[in-house]
Amino acid sequence: MFFSPLISKSDSVSAIMLKVLLALLPGIVLYVWYFGPAILVSITLASLTALGTEALMLKLRDRPIMPFLKDNSALLTAWLLALSIPPLAPWWMVVVGTAFAIAIAKHLYGGLGNNMFNPAMVGYAVLIISFPAQMTHWIAPHGMVISELTFPQQLDFIFHDVLPNSDTLDALTMATPLDTLKTHLHLDQPMRQILDMPIYGRFAGHGSEMVALGFLLGGLYLLASRIISWHIPAAFLGTLFVLAGIFHLVDPAHYAGPLFHWFAGASMLGAFFILTDPVSSPTTNNGRLIYAAGAGLLTYLIRVFGGFPDGVAFATLLMNICVPLIVLYTQPKVFGKKGSQP
Amino acid sequence: MPVGNDNMRKLYHFHGGIHPPSNKTQSTRATIARAPLPAKLVIPLHQHAGETAKPVARVGERVLKGQLIGMPDGIVSSAVHASTSGTITAIDMQLIAHPSGLPNLCATLIPDGEEEWVPRKAIDYRDHSPAGLQHLLRMAGVVGLGGAAFPSDLKLSLDRHKITTLVLNGAECEPYITCDDMLMRERAAEIVQGAEMLRFMLDAEEVLIGIEDNKPEAIASMRAAVAAGGHRRMEVIAVPTVYPGGGAKQLIRVLTGIEVAAGVRSTDKGVQCFNVATAYTVHRAFAHGEPLLSRIVTITGNVLHPRNYEVLIGTPIAELVALGGALPDTDSYIMGGPMMGFPLPSVQVPLVKATNCIIASSKKIFPPPPPVMPCIRCTRCADVCPADLQPQDLFWFAQSREFGRAQAFNLFDCIECGACSYVCPSHIPLVQYYRFAKSEIHAREHDKQLADKARVRHDYREQRIEREKQEKADKLAAREKAAQAARLAGAQPLTAQQQAEQAELETSRAHIRELAQSAVEHADEGTTK
Amino acid sequence: MLSALLVMSAIAAVLGAVLGFAAIKFHTEGNPLVDKIDDVLPQTQCGQCSYPGCKPYATAIAAGEADINRCPPGGEEGIRKLAELLGVEFKPFGEDAVPKAKSLAVIDESTCIGCTLCIQACPVDAIAGAAKQMHTVIASECTGCELCVAPCPVDCISMQVIGEKIANWKWKYPVYAMTATT
Ligand code: SF4
Ligand code: SF4
Ligand code: SF4
Repeated sequence: MFFSPLISKSDSVSAIMLKVLLALLPGIVLYVWYFGPAILVSITLASLTALGTEALMLKLRDRPIMPFLKDNSALLTAWLLALSIPPLAPWWMVVVGTAFAIAIAKHLYGGLGNNMFNPAMVGYAVLIISFPAQMTHWIAPHGMVISELTFPQQLDFIFHDVLPNSDTLDALTMATPLDTLKTHLHLDQPMRQILDMPIYGRFAGHGSEMVALGFLLGGLYLLASRIISWHIPAAFLGTLFVLAGIFHLVDPAHYAGPLFHWFAGASMLGAFFILTDPVSSPTTNNGRLIYAAGAGLLTYLIRVFGGFPDGVAFATLLMNICVPLIVLYTQPKVFGKKGSQP
Repeated sequence: MPVGNDNMRKLYHFHGGIHPPSNKTQSTRATIARAPLPAKLVIPLHQHAGETAKPVARVGERVLKGQLIGMPDGIVSSAVHASTSGTITAIDMQLIAHPSGLPNLCATLIPDGEEEWVPRKAIDYRDHSPAGLQHLLRMAGVVGLGGAAFPSDLKLSLDRHKITTLVLNGAECEPYITCDDMLMRERAAEIVQGAEMLRFMLDAEEVLIGIEDNKPEAIASMRAAVAAGGHRRMEVIAVPTVYPGGGAKQLIRVLTGIEVAAGVRSTDKGVQCFNVATAYTVHRAFAHGEPLLSRIVTITGNVLHPRNYEVLIGTPIAELVALGGALPDTDSYIMGGPMMGFPLPSVQVPLVKATNCIIASSKKIFPPPPPVMPCIRCTRCADVCPADLQPQDLFWFAQSREFGRAQAFNLFDCIECGACSYVCPSHIPLVQYYRFAKSEIHAREHDKQLADKARVRHDYREQRIEREKQEKADKLAAREKAAQAARLAGAQPLTAQQQAEQAELETSRAHIRELAQSAVEHADEGTTK
Repeated sequence: MLSALLVMSAIAAVLGAVLGFAAIKFHTEGNPLVDKIDDVLPQTQCGQCSYPGCKPYATAIAAGEADINRCPPGGEEGIRKLAELLGVEFKPFGEDAVPKAKSLAVIDESTCIGCTLCIQACPVDAIAGAAKQMHTVIASECTGCELCVAPCPVDCISMQVIGEKIANWKWKYPVYAMTATT
């Protein structure tokens, strides 16, 4: 049966998702440049798990498999999850997290388009709550620690939990810049001194700030190609900037500045790739502003006053809950009912 | 937001809109041609919004060109005429151009080739009252030629509101369609005179003629006609090309800044809008005394010779297709444009007043849509919706049949332009869902009205029965009393009146017996037959 | 102590008066729930629910004496609405109550003997005619209840299904192949 309109723009869900994946590439390349290729292993592992779980769930739910496998949404979830957890996390963690994200957070809610929560962030939350120790296996950037693992050694560790005889895990990995900051502030060290540590770079973590820059670049591409609208990144980064700015101005010795918060942790990834997930974010522009501002506020609060290393994931999940309400209260006025007419 | 243009006027902006490939140049290379007289015309009696016209011609009757064959029936209705002289051979149900693919009442007319006219009477509109002119338009079968075919006379009803602006719609924003474009290029003077007549009837101050800026020839020709005719306060305005900029509401917004909400009449806001082709028809009706018998139609798409033709109402679409020379891989025919048109149930259906364009369709031109995916709430649809709706929510409600919520989310503000479906990356036939929801809601409201009426009638009947019972009981009691009194007073003879009553009762009883008897006989007949 | 008592009783008296006034002022006729249920019923007045009309059925439902799936003219949609209104589970039609397509009664005017039996049977006074004169059904008022069919001594009333016409045609729910399976 024919339905008008008979013409359509040549665009598709899979093309959109593919562009988002492409936009992640600059960040991933920089990741590899600074931290070695281990991240590619977890991305591959997560991708395979995601596709497998997706196919299995589709089969169980009796839905057509190929069109959904080809829509690239499972891949995107996998990549975002892999990028949020330490590259040296054991292989089964990647698998468990991804499978949980796809099977529970996506398909049990009804599959593509129906999930209330960002699946990747659900996967992340499950991992960090269940396996907090392993979630600290962040690789130090090149030249930061005395001994570095070769790629085969990394694989050995990821898959068999084996380290070369001489090494201990502590010598190879390090806490994230956000974590380090928190720990040292607790020890009452002044901010200036902490930020002089080699782990920090120009405005945030050494290496990781460049990866964040890569994500920013990809995000700008998404904005330019109208895959995402400016509302979410602007409100999120804006809120983060203002909050960090105020605290920093009031007490620079204890609170890092806005640029630090922008480029540390998952800020950029969150602003452009996670919070902007269309399915779990509001559909109105005003709603997007409220949602992202709320996420910015929560992220800052969790980072500065909370117990978790980063706040983006939990901020996203908490704001996900509010989406239906936000959307309901931010319905735009329809044509002819606006009241601003000559 | 003012838009840059060569008019000296501030233009306004409406939300959203899309830019589909226009595909208009194919059919504007050649001038408008007159389609030859077909061997048979099928003239539907329902070509306008509202009630079907009442047939007033007899089968076998010879009718003249322009003779009334369908009388307007009801307030929202319009007249239908014989498009040429000939013989009416049938008035029956025939397949028509309607998305339902259902038949409707049509008059079949076999032309005699004489083209013999009924007497025509040209009038000077300035000698008539607006109400009189309105009636003339109704009897001339003039309806909106932009697509909705709403009787034009009703749009000219003067109520308490002063009309400041008459908007003439020459935007023609749908891809492929060029009938208005060509009409403006070739018959601008008559359109402009028609606009003058409409202005007279509405007592409007200014006339704004909006034409999308992808039709420079039409703009030039219309401007020349306005200048040559010395029309004051009439302006031809180039508006930006964006779909659906030719929607009446959108064009009114662009030209005047006024937004007319759903359910509000534009005249309440001091504006009225007519299509350029309608203005042309009004001119023909007054200045030549001709009812609406033909219109300009674009035949385009998968044809050898895309072109505009002036075609008699009732001509089978197949004739037009033959003129265009449909290519062998044509698989269906679309009436209207690719955004809002619908496939015809058969190429034999007749052309009607609302037919602005026929597109021969093939897999090449309109490839079958890609598989439908779930909505990912990307809001591309909301970004382009000219009515500022949230199509993804409306879709959700319509799909789950939550009609109340769909209405609460302004479903009826949707103009079914299809912009949302056009951009949807999941290729969901969104408009189809809205049409479904709208017609379900209408049907339910209709059922509800019927139910309410039935309830009232039922209650009334119950009350009546109750009352009758009471009356009967009262009567009985009264009679009993009287009898008792009579008995008490000793047997008195019946009064004359009582005797008459008794006799009447007897005859009616006899009659009922007779009826029952004949009923039984009839029943016997029925079984033995 | 005394003054406190006085104040209390004064307040009580005022409140009582207000309540009493409200009870009179906002007095609702009949049982509002019955009316609400009756509002949802299709008013065909056919008696297929085994009650002598929609209102009695509504009363029975409100009293908890009748199931919500007894009204065939209301269709599944009707049951759904009742379920929603009463906050109970949807219940499909039983085998004895199956909805039919809506139809109209039509009197074969050449056979009608004008006996008025159908007029008496029609629950909504939709049949016009007088004794010994031909009767006819006012189509716009007929609810299609079929109650007039049985009493007719000459079987001249038939029920004709209201087919789909342009005037009552509805756009259909979009049906499309949900994504090719390969
Ligand atoms: S464009 Fe399509 S997929 Fe996107 S929100 Fe609208 S309906 Fe959903
Ligand atoms: S069809 Fe309706 S909902 Fe879709 S864009 Fe047009 S007006 Fe908006
Ligand atoms: S079955 Fe008939 S009488 Fe009973 S509620 Fe339904 S329509 Fe009314």
